[in-house]
Amino acid sequence: MTAVDLGVPDVQAIRSDEDVVRVRQLVRTTAVAAKLSLVDQTKLVTAASELARNTLIYGGGGTAEVTSVEDGRRRGVRIVFADDGPGIADLDQAFTDGFTTGGGLGLGLSGARRLVDDFDIWTTVGEGTRITVTKWSR
Amino acid sequence: MAMSAEQSGRLARLLSEHTDRLTERWTETVAASLRGRLSQAELGRQVRELHRSMIDAGRNGLTDLADEHGGELRAVLAELSTNRARQGFSASETAISVFAVKDALLELMEENKADDTLRDFVAFSALIDQMGLFTFESYVRTREGLIADQAEQLLELSTPVVKLWEGVVAVPLVGTLDSARAQVVMERLLQTLVDTGSPYAIIDITGVPAVDTQVAQHILKTVVAARLMGADCIISGIRPQIAQTIVALGIEFGDIATKASLADALRHVLRLTGVETTARRPRRES
Amino acid sequence: MERVPILKIGDILLVSIQVDMSDQTAIQLQEDLAERIVATGCHGVIIDITALDIVDSFVGRMLSTIASISKVLDAETVVVGMRPAVAITLVELGLSLNGIRTALNVERGMELVAATRADDWDALDGDDEDAETTATP
Repeated sequence: MTAVDLGVPDVQAIRSDEDVVRVRQLVRTTAVAAKLSLVDQTKLVTAASELARNTLIYGGGGTAEVTSVEDGRRRGVRIVFADDGPGIADLDQAFTDGFTTGGGLGLGLSGARRLVDDFDIWTTVGEGTRITVTKWSR
Repeated sequence: MAMSAEQSGRLARLLSEHTDRLTERWTETVAASLRGRLSQAELGRQVRELHRSMIDAGRNGLTDLADEHGGELRAVLAELSTNRARQGFSASETAISVFAVKDALLELMEENKADDTLRDFVAFSALIDQMGLFTFESYVRTREGLIADQAEQLLELSTPVVKLWEGVVAVPLVGTLDSARAQVVMERLLQTLVDTGSPYAIIDITGVPAVDTQVAQHILKTVVAARLMGADCIISGIRPQIAQTIVALGIEFGDIATKASLADALRHVLRLTGVETTARRPRRES
Repeated sequence: MERVPILKIGDILLVSIQVDMSDQTAIQLQEDLAERIVATGCHGVIIDITALDIVDSFVGRMLSTIASISKVLDAETVVVGMRPAVAITLVELGLSLNGIRTALNVERGMELVAATRADDWDALDGDDEDAETTATP
């Protein structure tokens, strides 16, 4: 079943450290409204935190677009992280646990993917990266 | 074919002019299909209520059941099907309660034939079909709700977390563990650790018929999560066949303590916490 | 930028994180703690994360780093009060927080620090066989 948007997305710019905190808070509020369980909220907010930080550090800043969605049976939250940064040259490598170019633990991308239900990535070297994640209520 | 407002008015008149005869015939047909599983009095009341709200809807010029005028009629239909679903009637038996009015109407209209009788009957019939379908949908919704409630109750029932000793809780797992249940068990166990401040948990799998890779994964994740919170888990009740499966599947329990029985596990924990368990004089029980 | 307060209780430094920390705040806390350990000569650090509704890989790394730094400065770090949902998420994320000792609440954390210190003294007295066994398995 296809997902239907419920209302307009909330857009949060990611330009600084504090914006990453704001993304977390926005995602939390939307997840609570979508009636996600506590564990699912925590997983989604954690994934959002990882991806927002990636957008800031690797993408040079960008936006997070948070939307409440529905597929007829369940409700969910979809987040789109977009940046106009350098893009990711080797996706396979980027998804390997422990691989990092930024000095982190290297769990950002692969870890975030494990925490959400749907994960979709578009990236082109020199143009930017766009990651869409969705978490559904049970 | 959609019904016009005029036809709707005519339906209301027809229904109200022959109230007694119609409801009687209607009740009779339904009663025959239910074979006495519902009291005559209750059935009569339901039919009269449905009859009355059909008249009201017709007078308001109802042309489609989804209209705003249809609100009350829809409510009556929903209540009827909810009751039937709860009482264990089948979906067809529920729908017949609505369709039965067609027979009664047809008899009546045949006696007073006019030019547009056929056209009218087709239009009435279309509305009644809509009502029948609506009943069917409400029925299914009610049943789905019942099933969901029962599944939840079963989940609650099957995952007790009990306090065994000061600082020691246990979850006796019984039955097949699927992903949803394992998740509930995991969350409840961890929450109990926080609520009771217990640093030890025993997961007893005596009642689990089989352990596959997925179940083992869930148990392992629970153990690791508990460690992150500052609590230790011991797995007990591993039967010989399960031990063989675990080894055959190559599942690594690593440094997680495993004990044969719940009693062994409790003794192990009490020793760790420094409680004296070994009786000074070995007691012999006959 | 907000700053996380560090309290000194006896021989222990207690950090109770009550805000949703930005990465800068987390780095600042790491630096502040190292300074306070040296300044006070405390031998135990308890980090209470009861109020944190998420721990991501950045905060996870900060906790590991704090534990390693305090180890070098001869202090024992215990992270207490992790919520079940946070623990489940960390397991899924693949973060194991190696080298960090944990306890359910502040009280148990203090017991753990005290027990470890006691073992260290025992070890100094030449009775080192108990040193490892009484630590949390």
